[in-house]
Amino acid sequence: MSTGLLDPGVVRSTVLARANPVAKLAVALLLAVVLLLSVDVVTAGTAVLLELALLPLAGLGVLGLLRRTALLAVAAVPVAVFTALLGADSGPVLLAAGPVTVTAGSLQTGAAIGLRVVAIALPGIVLLATTDPTDLGDALAQVCRLPARFVLGALAAFRVVDVLAEEWQQLGLARRARGLGGDGLLAGVRDVAGRVFVLLVIAVRRAAVLATAMEARGFGAGERQGADRTWARPSRLRASDALVVAGGVLLAATATAAGVLAGTWQLLLT
Amino acid sequence: MAPLLRARGWGWRWNARRAHAVRGLDLDVEAGERVLLLGASGAGKSTLLTGVAGLLDGGPDGTGEEEGELLVDGAPAQRARQRAVEAGEGRARTGLLLQDPQAQTVLARVGDDVAFGLENHAVPPERIWPRVDDALDDVGLRLPRDHPTARLSGGQRQRLALAGVLALQPQLLLLDEPTAMLDPEGATALRDVVAERLAATGAGLLLVEHRVDLWVDLVDRVLVLAPGGGVLADGSVGRVLAERGDELAAAGVWLPGRAAGPDRRAVPGAPEQVLLSLEGVAVGRRGPGSPVLTGVDAEVRSGSFTALRGVNGAGKSTLALAAAGLVPPVSGRVRAHPALLAGLAARRRRRPWGSPPVADDPAGWAPRDLVSRVGSVFQDPRHQFVAQTVAEELAVGPRRLGLAGAEVDARVSELLERLRLDRLARANPFTLSGGEQRRLSVATALATRPRLLVLDEPTFGQDARTWAELVDLLAGLRGTGTAVVAATHDVDLCDALADTTWWVADGRLRVEAPVGAP
Repeated sequence: MSTGLLDPGVVRSTVLARANPVAKLAVALLLAVVLLLSVDVVTAGTAVLLELALLPLAGLGVLGLLRRTALLAVAAVPVAVFTALLGADSGPVLLAAGPVTVTAGSLQTGAAIGLRVVAIALPGIVLLATTDPTDLGDALAQVCRLPARFVLGALAAFRVVDVLAEEWQQLGLARRARGLGGDGLLAGVRDVAGRVFVLLVIAVRRAAVLATAMEARGFGAGERQGADRTWARPSRLRASDALVVAGGVLLAATATAAGVLAGTWQLLLT
Repeated sequence: MAPLLRARGWGWRWNARRAHAVRGLDLDVEAGERVLLLGASGAGKSTLLTGVAGLLDGGPDGTGEEEGELLVDGAPAQRARQRAVEAGEGRARTGLLLQDPQAQTVLARVGDDVAFGLENHAVPPERIWPRVDDALDDVGLRLPRDHPTARLSGGQRQRLALAGVLALQPQLLLLDEPTAMLDPEGATALRDVVAERLAATGAGLLLVEHRVDLWVDLVDRVLVLAPGGGVLADGSVGRVLAERGDELAAAGVWLPGRAAGPDRRAVPGAPEQVLLSLEGVAVGRRGPGSPVLTGVDAEVRSGSFTALRGVNGAGKSTLALAAAGLVPPVSGRVRAHPALLAGLAARRRRRPWGSPPVADDPAGWAPRDLVSRVGSVFQDPRHQFVAQTVAEELAVGPRRLGLAGAEVDARVSELLERLRLDRLARANPFTLSGGEQRRLSVATALATRPRLLVLDEPTFGQDARTWAELVDLLAGLRGTGTAVVAATHDVDLCDALADTTWWVADGRLRVEAPVGAP
């Protein structure tokens, strides 16, 4: 069984898909920071429109994209609706039912927050869908100079996630085979707690074996002497990566400018 | 010239343990020598391999306490490992391969995984890839470099781990039960690759393995470690096995040429009732893609032993899960007959929602109704453990049946004694040895006295002694009318017990019924 979230979904190789993972990560972080500065419909809406317009450049298949963005809708819609229902009221009242009032102001805030979730998450989804975790690890270690021990540890852990998903299923069946389960919610919660415990025991054991296997192949041995390991897949920034980052800067600037011009942009902290 | 490996009064004690894992070891292994390391479980074989690999740190922040010396190429093992890494040549002194194929894969793509060790040894990138390709070729894995490691079989995975080790051109190969978790085809393929590479490179071998028969032609020296410390026997294969045969067999070592045990197949013609039938059953993953097995028609009779056989991935385990009432079939029916159903209707509670379950479909039974009728034993015993002590573990099932305290205690103590677990009654199941865990998992299934017992690879990775105990136990159960279905690769087990064989291949099931059966 695979969690599917980490499978690359690229069907066409494009400048964006081929870009260094660190460049893609920089764009995603930049957009997140800029969009967090203000809650307004125009800035977030412009960003979403521009991102959607640029989406074909990511080289993703339509189906894969829909599957990945479905989760996004599940997150963004409730956030928008709850803000509209329960958020700070201002402006004309559109609907009132007991403690719940929907005003023009809260409706606008709801829409803005919903759009903002989409605008921030979309670049992240594109990053994950167009980037192999190993390539991201290579880039983080070689371009950003993160410690090799940390990066490779995280990569090895990533791989174990799929294995644990399989173990979790086995544990569920095994507990039915022991006669457990099937009597109510409280027992069900206890049952899950038991499964989690066993899964942890198995995960720790696996991690210990993996660590031994990694060290036996020289992992971490050069560290103490300051000797560096090499990387079989060189990862460096190229001119096309500058293009991708510039595109991200332009997108963030355009969205902010649209918000400022429309007069809806307002720095969140003021 | 000094030998490649030299131990003088070497010992190791893990931090949390009071007793030494290895003690007072004196040993010389010349370059190119091939040594089989034997000894009872707990004699410290794996600890020795880890030590030779240079992975034991006896320093102030280390994992244990070292005594004496363990030298590889004239330097303390840990230092030898570091020197090899610093040299930047990508040549390791030793290469270690462990038992569990799943737990040794580091990266997501085949090529990257082999390159991992070369990167750690600071080999320049342009020299890495030719060596990766050579190593993959050497172990017979002809796959593209970007092939996902998640899609490898157990046997392929173990050969991948071996490629990662061989890419570093070690002088001494350290193998820790490398085939214990592989099916017979995978085990033979791995052995052949090791034989071929040893011949080609002249590297030495230090092998821990209780399936001696598979490896005996490859080694030229046998070393038996004593449980208390030191060496019990050391010499040529023929001499040590002849002189110490009985002792080794008692310690669970699989020796070549020793009979697997008497034939205990059931005498045809004994009165049998049908317990369970599979009617047009298809099993496999739900959703897109076709089921792995379709059109399965078969019966399970009381007092029979059915071996479920076929290559990995053919659907053995999935079919076993369906027969055990743990997973509903994709289509068709698994039907329990009156002999298995007995007593069910009176205690049934209807669910307030959903369609009423069919009473004779085991997948629809409440868990407590299932355990008193069908017992299941999983491949990994740890998946089934739910209690803090061995005794508690055995009491779980009987308590679920609502039995009185005295009856629960009686069943627990009877099983503890029968399966030689009485000394471990208060131990935590997770701390038991592999053989003990296997016996306990079988005992938990027996505690509710099911009429049908379904086992998935019950003898996988077991030593000869646990194996013989299991065969005795299963033969005894069948004698009392219990039906046993076992998914297995173990030819010896089938020869000893199976009266019916279900062969799965190419998406179909073929039943090989006993001679003279109805």
